[in-house]
Formats: sequence, structure tokens, C-alpha cells
Amino acid sequence: MSSQTSPQEKQAPRVGAAQLKLLERLTNACAVSGDEGEVRQIVLDEIRPHVDEVKVDHLGNVLASKAGSTQDRLRVMLAAHMDEIGFMLTQNEDKEGGIFRFGVVGGVSPSHLAGQPVLIGKGHVPGVIGAKPVHLTTNDELRTPLSVDSLRIDVGPGNSSKVKVGDRATFATRFSRTGASLRAKALDDRLGVATLIELVKNAPANIDLLAAFTVQEEVGLRGAKVAAYALEPDVAIALDSTPANDLPTWDGSENTRYNTRLGEGPAIYVADAATLSDPRLIRFLVETALAAGIPYQIRQPGGGGTDAGAMHKQRAGIPTVSISVPGRYLHTPLSITRLSDWKNTVALVYTALSQLTSDLFKVDR
Amino acid sequence: MTELLPFLKELISTSGLSGYESPVRDLIEAAWRPLADEVSTSRMGSLHALKVGRGAEPRPSLMLAAHMDAIGLIVTGVVGEFLRVTEIGGLDPRVLPGQVVTIHGRENLPGVIVQPPAHLLPPDNRSGPATLQNLLVDTGLSAGETKRLVRVGDLISFAQPPVEMAGELLAGHSLDNRASVAAITHCLEELKNRPILWDVWATATTQEEETFAGAYTSAFQLRPTLAIAIDVTFGSSPGTPSHESFALGSGPTLALGPNMHPGLHKAFVALADRLEIPYSVDILPRHSGTDAYALQVVAEGIPTMVVSIPLRYMHTAVEMVAMKDITRAGRLLAEFAASLDEKFMEKLSWDD
Repeated sequence: MSSQTSPQEKQAPRVGAAQLKLLERLTNACAVSGDEGEVRQIVLDEIRPHVDEVKVDHLGNVLASKAGSTQDRLRVMLAAHMDEIGFMLTQNEDKEGGIFRFGVVGGVSPSHLAGQPVLIGKGHVPGVIGAKPVHLTTNDELRTPLSVDSLRIDVGPGNSSKVKVGDRATFATRFSRTGASLRAKALDDRLGVATLIELVKNAPANIDLLAAFTVQEEVGLRGAKVAAYALEPDVAIALDSTPANDLPTWDGSENTRYNTRLGEGPAIYVADAATLSDPRLIRFLVETALAAGIPYQIRQPGGGGTDAGAMHKQRAGIPTVSISVPGRYLHTPLSITRLSDWKNTVALVYTALSQLTSDLFKVDR
Repeated sequence: MTELLPFLKELISTSGLSGYESPVRDLIEAAWRPLADEVSTSRMGSLHALKVGRGAEPRPSLMLAAHMDAIGLIVTGVVGEFLRVTEIGGLDPRVLPGQVVTIHGRENLPGVIVQPPAHLLPPDNRSGPATLQNLLVDTGLSAGETKRLVRVGDLISFAQPPVEMAGELLAGHSLDNRASVAAITHCLEELKNRPILWDVWATATTQEEETFAGAYTSAFQLRPTLAIAIDVTFGSSPGTPSHESFALGSGPTLALGPNMHPGLHKAFVALADRLEIPYSVDILPRHSGTDAYALQVVAEGIPTMVVSIPLRYMHTAVEMVAMKDITRAGRLLAEFAASLDEKFMEKLSWDD
């Protein structure tokens, strides 16, 4: 640790080579909703030496706590979901040919499946999702989207016995870097998981940090619901990844519906389809960012949802907000994020936590 | 001895889009040079490797032609850190979103093909699949870096790494037609210490996916007595009609149709039967979709044949082949070359 000038900088977790290596391991791991074991193991290994208590609950959430040391500490729940979208094998349609039907888990983009390699089951058996050759495809077919129903996972002739119906599958994409960008599958929400691991390792002393590495976010925020009940926090923050739709329009006109933009900092949520964020927390995050000179953006209010949707309605109500790292092409084989946005997200969340007091909630919502 | 699977993985990991085959040609040349007596490159960029026969001059010659060019994309516009593209070769745009690619700009850059959200597309393309003109490639770089490194006309190759599967199966892009290049390589290995009477020209041709320019010009230059195109054919897979697709691992296919000389077809069938090499007959009633279409009509015409390797998911990034189909095709070609004698052409006739 180098010596720093301000107390906030002294403790702010750095995103460096070790953190990038961890994100690489996390994004390359396979953890489809309901089968989060691989990521859970990484999380447990990483945080165990740094927490007071840790347990795996009945749904598979990892719940950990680390008490602060000052007086009048808020109990602050931070949630990041371990699960990712993916597939389940549903039928071995052609045993000899190695062909399986499959169902999708979570909001998989069906237009991004054909032509992709996948990894199946705990053994990461390789498979591919093919498509009929273009030579045999009619013009009418070319104008029709490829439905999940029409696609198959192929493990190759003779290999059907290497996997089984019920196995989960994910895209086979490996983590990589280019320029200022990170490219990987499942950046939604391994960015949040990696962020939360760093915060657990560097918990501020003025709060009791309650970390929830949740399951089944992509299929209905189910892990966060029971986690928030069990942890009974004063405040909850969801750490997630949100779409950056900051692509050019077809005619060069201004793209006014971008949701978020890469490179403009962490995205603070005001409203999505599942949550109206606590305005006191929004204001606090914005003021913290401005005071600390950390770039931020307000996510365009609209659809979507995070674990906040389940947490804020738990028990008698919990002041809740979401902060996301913007990412392009989430829920596809390869998403892109900017390293600077991740760094600034870690900085903003840490800085805000280290300045969070119960005074914030002395005014009514 | 060229280890075929690692060689094929290297072949499909090396770029060589139609008209720009030199990177893969260098790799093929390095593998073929020790197996041939002479190696040269044609005006159109095709690779010619000659194995000299022992027969009396003027010696007849057999041309083996596998196209080495691959399908891909080419940059038509640069918009910020995004590229607009069109195709080289035939592509179904529905298999492109999410594909990783290499942009051959001032340096090789990783990119990904993306489909913009519907509300950013023209009104007539908001439902249904995005057309190729509406897909973008994201460079992951800044707009400034992109402008500095990428220009209109730059090429884009598929970059999905090869997927090895149990049972000697390989999946990846560009197996059409690098699998056949591997088959010819295996054939040359088989011929290494065998006496052959005819000259054999092993060729890796260019531009098959666009204009067949390589096959036309190489056949004219070499003027072979017989020509065989080695290519891939449809492997049995979901959605392919059973009458025009072949199980992976069931051996090469021997084509029959107007692009193929019926006498040559018969000779191959008889040879495969005699050697007990499994094969299927591939009926190609029109254009064979192979170099044979060009080879057959070069100069005064050349008796032509097509030997194919079954391949699943043609023209996607997850084409799949069985290695044993490749080695069987290679062995069959070698046996055919070795079987050619002074009398072969006399016996090759249109009579039934």
C-alpha cells in the first residue's frame, strides 16, 4: 500500500491487475441461474478471510457480514448477483448425432445464439449452436428470426453421453481486453460480484457491511428477496450492470434513448420497472460523486430491474438504490465495458459508504 | 509428418479472405514444400505444388484443387468506434450478431459484430432479423483510435477460436474449405514414398467464394489432364434435408452431376469399393458450388470430379467436421493418383 493524502483515498480499493484477474476468473466461470456453484466457490474463497461471518442460505445465496468499529453504525446491505443467463438441455433429440433441444434461462437474446460455441455442465463439455447453411435457406426464411425452438445444441456425433438433460450451458466466450475496454460474457453481473468482493476486503469502519452474493436475479430477483429478509438492513444497494445502448442511429440522428453511455461513469438508478430508488440515496450518491470528483451518470428512467426490486419491499421497507457499471450487449455472448467505469463505480460506492450516516434518514422520504 | 488436427486448427486460425489469401497460403506452402518437387504461386495467388511422376514424357497430370479462401466481411463505413460492413462470400446475417472478429486495419484489432437495439434501426428493419447493412462491428476502442486504425475497404475475418470435441471432431469458422486443404496435405503425405506415373499438381485456389478466379486461372496455367475439386458438402444436421446431407464420419462423398465426368465418378466409386473406404454419392443436379464448376470449362474442357467432406453448419463460425472424413478423403485421393497409368485416359469414356 502506498501512502496517500486523504483518508478516503487511503482506503479506496484499487482496481489493478489482481482485480482484473479476479474478474477474468469470475466471467469465465459458468453459473446459470439456479446453478451458481462455480461462482459461489470463488466468492467464498475470496471473502472468507475478510469477514466476521459467512453462510450459504437455503437458496444458495452467500451472506456475509463485517462489523465496523465506530458508534451508531448503519447496517448496509450490498447485493450483487452471481447468476447469469444461459441454457438448460431439455431433450436428446438425436442420440447418435449429439443433438440436444434446450430451453433458455433468463432474458437470453435469441438473435445472438446461432453460430456460438457453448460450454455444458460441470465438466464444461464443448458444444455449438449451429444454423442451417445459408445455401439451403430461402429468402423468406432469411427474413424470419431464428427462434430458440428452431435451434439445437450440438455436442458432436458420438458425444451425447458426455452431457445429460438438465445440464446447464453458457456461452463459451473468454475474457479479453482491448484498448480501454473489457470484453467477456456475464459482465452482468460479475462486475457487481467483483466490486462487492473488493468492498468486503476493504470495508469502511463506519458501517456494518452485509454482503449478499445473490442467486436467481435473472429469473425474478429471487435470491435477493430472502437475503434482504435475513440480513434485515437499514439501507440496501444493488450493484449491477446495466445496458449501454449508446450506438449510432441508422440515419445519424441523435440517439436519445441510450439508457447509459460507456465511459461516463457509474450509472445511478432513479427508476426502473421494479424500483423507485430512495431519493435521499440518489441525492447522497450524486453529491458524493460531485464532491469527490468521480464521474457519474443517471441511468435513463425506464424498464429493467435489479435486486433492488426485491430488497426495497422486504420487511417494513428498506431505503434502496442501484448503481451499475454500464455494459454494451449484456445478455449476449460478448459484452463490452470500460475499465474506467468499473474503477469509478468502485470508487463511488466506497466513498459513499465511508461517508454514510444515519443522519441521511432523519428526514422523511 | 504433418499432424493433421493441429495443422487444421492453425489453418482456420489464419486469415485468408477471398482475394487476400496470402497469410494462409504461406502456412500451406510451408507444409507442402517438403512434400513436393516444385512450389510456386500463380498470378491470382493460388498455390501450385508439383509432385513429378515417373511416367514417360509428355506426362499426363492430375490437378487436385482445394480453395483456401474464406468468407468474411469488409468495412464500408466508420462511425465513431463502430464499423459498417458488407459480406465477402455468402452469409446469413442471422448468424452474425455476437460473433468475434479480427479487423485487419493498420494493425489487427479484435472486434465484435453487434445488432443495434430495434429503435436505432430504420423503421422497415425494426421487426425481424437486422439486415447485414444494419449490423455494426464494435472495435472496443475510442472513436479517435478507430479512425486512426481502420479505413473503408479493410477486411474483417471471423475470430472464434477452434472448438475441439471428443471423437476427433473439430468445430470453427473457415473449415469450408481449409478441411479440404488438410485432405490434400494428407494425400501428399500418403504419396511421399509411392511411385506415381502421372504428375500431380496439388493446388490451393483463391476466390472460390466469390468468382472462382483461382480455379479458372490455375487450371489454364497448369492445363491438367484431369482435375478434382475437393470441397465440403452439407453434413446431416437439424434442418438439412436428408437427401442432400451426409452424416459426419460416414466418409467422403463422391459427386455425380453435370459438373462431374461420369467416367471419373465411376472410377472413384470402384476405387473406394475396392479399398473399402466408406463413401456416399452426392447428387449435385446443377452448379456443384465448387471449383469444379470452373475447372470443367477451362481451355478445351477438362474431365472433372468432386470429392467432398461432410460439414455441419456451413458458412457459420461453428462449422463442424470429423477428422476421419478428412483423412479418408486424403487417402482416397492418394490412391487415385497412384492408380493412374498410361491407359487411364483411353479408358475414360462417355460410353456406358
